[in-house]
Amino acid sequence: MEHIELFFKSIFIDNMIFATFLGMCSYLAVSKKVATAVGLGAAVIFVMAITVPLNWLLDVYLLKDGALIWLGPEYAEYDLSFLSFILFIATIATMVQLVEIIVEKFSPALYNSLGIFLPLIAVNCAILGGSLFMQSREIQTLGLAFNYGVSSGIGWFLAILAIAAIREKIRYSNVPAPLRGLGITFIVTGLMAIGFMSFGGMLTGGDEEKTTEQKVVVEPTQQKVEITKEAIDIAKNEKEIKE
Amino acid sequence: MGLLSKKDLKLITDPLADNNPITIQVLGICSALAITAELKASIVMSIAVLFVMGLGNLTISLMRNIIPPKIRIIVQLIVVATLVIIVDLVLKAFAYELSKTLSVFVGLIITNCIIMGRFEAFALANGPIRSFIDGVGNALGYAVILIIVGFFRELLGSGTLLGFKVLGDPIEKTGVYAYGYENNGFMLLAPMALITIGIIIWVQRSRNIALIEHN
Repeated sequence: MEHIELFFKSIFIDNMIFATFLGMCSYLAVSKKVATAVGLGAAVIFVMAITVPLNWLLDVYLLKDGALIWLGPEYAEYDLSFLSFILFIATIATMVQLVEIIVEKFSPALYNSLGIFLPLIAVNCAILGGSLFMQSREIQTLGLAFNYGVSSGIGWFLAILAIAAIREKIRYSNVPAPLRGLGITFIVTGLMAIGFMSFGGMLTGGDEEKTTEQKVVVEPTQQKVEITKEAIDIAKNEKEIKE
Repeated sequence: MGLLSKKDLKLITDPLADNNPITIQVLGICSALAITAELKASIVMSIAVLFVMGLGNLTISLMRNIIPPKIRIIVQLIVVATLVIIVDLVLKAFAYELSKTLSVFVGLIITNCIIMGRFEAFALANGPIRSFIDGVGNALGYAVILIIVGFFRELLGSGTLLGFKVLGDPIEKTGVYAYGYENNGFMLLAPMALITIGIIIWVQRSRNIALIEHN
């Protein structure tokens, strides 16, 4: 259940492009044709599926406050989280290079379709953003981290596929001259983002009910505590008066 | 400006208008849009990018003859990441609330395409002083767009500027609210940043016809 929720949440509600604007540069630059957009989108899914779990392992066993405890109790105090930017980006750049070499060696066909996009991906904000959001949202298990990587990648893929299809069609429309190209792409993306916001209600409903239930449980106990405190105070006062 | 020659001055003024990194070169949109709902956040982000770009361009330019071309992207990323860590720690120390608002977007300066783009296009081929000026100029061009977007989104969205209620109080109905004006909460949502930039591009290109794209 947790997995399904995270999956749909990262594709539709927290969509990389429409909710957080990550990876906009390559999104705008490579979305002129559907075929190239599909290539880049597939490469993003692929790289995110590898780097997010990898960075999760780094975060949990190296960077978090107290993460070094597996080395011995004397290391428990170290908090290396300030190093996360440099470590994450180094991991991503290395992995991208490694993936490029491996793909070139073992599958030339895949390399021809993905290869030219791989160097672009090292500096794609969506990849680093995925790892940083994974860290700040405190994703619990390795499986969930893998799920998060793949589903965010799919969300990005869907977004670039949609805008590429629209841009292919929009070429035949009569757009005002100063808006042609970049301007209309921005505005269409904005409108699509508004559309995607309607997915927002999909999962939040359940959460609100839970919190209100918890509040209902909490309030009476607090009142009871206060009442008992008052009772104790009154009793003390009475004792003092008697004495 | 006796300090700068005409050629150097052009490095600063060009990115401000006709070669703007965001609206013309289409670089660095990634980490910028999500934080422009408030003017204050956009100003802080601009200063952070200014710092990283100026010093980053300077560093890369000083090292340009000793970086092996094959691993230059990793070297560039490490330089930027180091500078960004400095910015992040300074923000956490002196403006903790603001660093919470900016959250992961400070870290995303690392992959801001403007920075990598300028390293590749300028700092690897030019001397340190000119590279520094180029970095500052491009960061200013980026800042201009960010501040314009932040200004309109905060003014129309919450009726404030830098937290001051310039349009009057919406609850007590003073200022323009007395005449039935309402805040447009939609401006605070993410999609409106894109549409605002779209409109800026529209205005800029109708003023300068040479910039219009041909299909």
